[in-house]
Amino acid sequence: MADLLTAEGVRKEFGGLVAVNDVDFTIPERTIVSLIGPNGAGKTTFFNMLTGVYKPTAGQIVFDGHDVTGRPPHVVTTYGIGRTFQNIRLFQSMTALENVLVGMHARLKGGILRAVFKPPSLKREEKAAREKAHDLLEFSGLKGHDDEYARNLSYGDQRRLEVARALATEPKLLLLDEPTAGMNPQETAEFTGFVADLRANQGLTVLMIEHDMRVVMGISERVTVLDYGEKIAEGTPQEVQSDERVIEAYLGTAAVS
Amino acid sequence: MASGMQAVRSSAPALKRQSMPRAKRAAIVGIPAFFVLAITGSASFGLVIAALIFCALYIPAWKTLPAGKWVVPLGILLIAILYPIYQPNLFDVLVFGNFPSVDTGVSMMIFIMMALGLNIVVGYAGLLDLGYVAFYAIGAYTVAWFASQHFNGVTLHVGSVGVAESTPGIHISIWIVLIVAGIFATISGVLIGFPTLRLRGDYLAIVTLGFGEIMPQIANNGDNLFGHNITNGPQGINPIDPPGFGNTLHNAVGLPTDFQSSINSTRLFYWTALLLVVLTAFCSARLRDSRLGRAWIAIREDETAAAAMGVPLMRTKTWAYAGGAFFGGVAGAYYGSFKGGTFPGDFYFNISVFILCMVILGGMGNIWGVILGAAFLSYLNFEGLANIGAWMNANGVSSFFFGGDIDVPLYTSGIFGIILVLTMLFRPEGLIPSERRKQEFQEGVHDQPLYDLEHE
Repeated sequence: MADLLTAEGVRKEFGGLVAVNDVDFTIPERTIVSLIGPNGAGKTTFFNMLTGVYKPTAGQIVFDGHDVTGRPPHVVTTYGIGRTFQNIRLFQSMTALENVLVGMHARLKGGILRAVFKPPSLKREEKAAREKAHDLLEFSGLKGHDDEYARNLSYGDQRRLEVARALATEPKLLLLDEPTAGMNPQETAEFTGFVADLRANQGLTVLMIEHDMRVVMGISERVTVLDYGEKIAEGTPQEVQSDERVIEAYLGTAAVS
Repeated sequence: MASGMQAVRSSAPALKRQSMPRAKRAAIVGIPAFFVLAITGSASFGLVIAALIFCALYIPAWKTLPAGKWVVPLGILLIAILYPIYQPNLFDVLVFGNFPSVDTGVSMMIFIMMALGLNIVVGYAGLLDLGYVAFYAIGAYTVAWFASQHFNGVTLHVGSVGVAESTPGIHISIWIVLIVAGIFATISGVLIGFPTLRLRGDYLAIVTLGFGEIMPQIANNGDNLFGHNITNGPQGINPIDPPGFGNTLHNAVGLPTDFQSSINSTRLFYWTALLLVVLTAFCSARLRDSRLGRAWIAIREDETAAAAMGVPLMRTKTWAYAGGAFFGGVAGAYYGSFKGGTFPGDFYFNISVFILCMVILGGMGNIWGVILGAAFLSYLNFEGLANIGAWMNANGVSSFFFGGDIDVPLYTSGIFGIILVLTMLFRPEGLIPSERRKQEFQEGVHDQPLYDLEHE
């Protein structure tokens, strides 16, 4: 399988602090990869470099044939990386449908003049976009919530909306930052099924940061472990689970038994 | 066809149901207000008609009818269009006195236009711009350059009206200059935006404040800018040509040759200004509901998330600046032509704040709110405060409180400050808030206090 994303020697320093230390990393197409590690290990920093929020101090990131190192977030999104955030960052005073429409921004046309004159082509485009947004919401389990303000949605639904919004950018690679944080076991199980389904039916590649080991071990083909900004292990869930350094750094003895 | 009939049938009871509480509310507020007006002001036939029109527009829940959403806006538009005709027959209001003159009406329209322009920048995109007057100034100087005798080294006439063919200077038809002024302001908006829009929040406000301060200084000292007389300094540039349609159209369809020499001069200016306001409001609404409008709101809410969703931050913010600047420029150009001159004193910092007050008082992001806020504050500025002062002096209010007559318009800035503080205390979302803003204010902002003060 070809690699969709390759990161070579990626490094991020904040002043004297090395948050991510020369990490090599690949994501094969159509796989689900998990990134785990203790708090402060540099997982979210790594995410932010992939999506262009931070510029790497050194190293190179190639996604789908494009060099995305240090490119601004909106360009990276256009290439096909969609993401969610660790702390929900929805547009709170917009409705669920509008949130998804913002996700489609890069896939729609229509500048300032077309917005004012509103030619038939624009009307068609808007209508199609709304229908698609509606379908995406339904697909993400938010049927009937189209016109609800994001702030009024329940926690679980807000998480779902974040995913729907990320899917609206038409990503090839979906980055999920702790997607099941704060979910109850049943919601977590549903969500895990949803992600597996995305890969199976939509051909998406998924990279997620996750703390819930049942989720990580359940659906990922590959697990990468970061500690103090360094990659300490990589491999199948079984391999990682039995790795000495991982057990020491993170999992603890309970996970082995 | 059948579904249309059904819609009408099902909306009829809804109309009745939703109209009842409105009728009650109108009665509770309206009837006492009507009697106060009738007793204290000049009780006239006009008052009765005004009350009837108000009831007809307010009480029925027009929105429940198909196509009913147009009734109220068109009604208000009609009231505005006919204003110069019935204005002389209007009743007097207690304290405020006469309704604004048509002349004041033109100035009000121009400020409404500017407030709508600023609303795109502040209300939609959430970029606090304290130097908006810069665009107004650019518009006003554009009309001064292209429709006056300022550059008297050349003689260029393109469709100009009201000036002799031999008059030196550049004289281009005001209609063209209005668009050119908008484009110039847009270009300057992009140029100013390029370095400043990388900043967020307070920093952006401070830098725009700087640009707002630079503008009148350039205007004031521009009579010798590297050896060129660009702005004619403190004397300003005048006279500026009036708008008009020229002799050909006058003879063919009866349109006025030029506004200035016409008998109905003020009315013509008024109706043109009203048309410009309608166009501005129309464009604002279209932009608000577009892909760009959504991106603006997304940026206002959360820049990082917006960028991650594929919204290019710089470009989208620059479009907001450019859009706002365009209307500021057109408004400035029209004001120059209306007043027949452009003077540096019109572009001081307080005008920027004044326009911002209109947007905040009316309700950021809501077109009707901004129109109301701008109309009310500019009315106070041009006529209302003088009327109130005259009433206070005549009825002994001034001597009772201040021991003698006072000149109320002197305290304009202070009074606007008080209005703004009261707005923030009692209705922070503005008079007519947009649905989104209402949400934000009801839910509170993110900085919640550490503990509830009421439980102390």
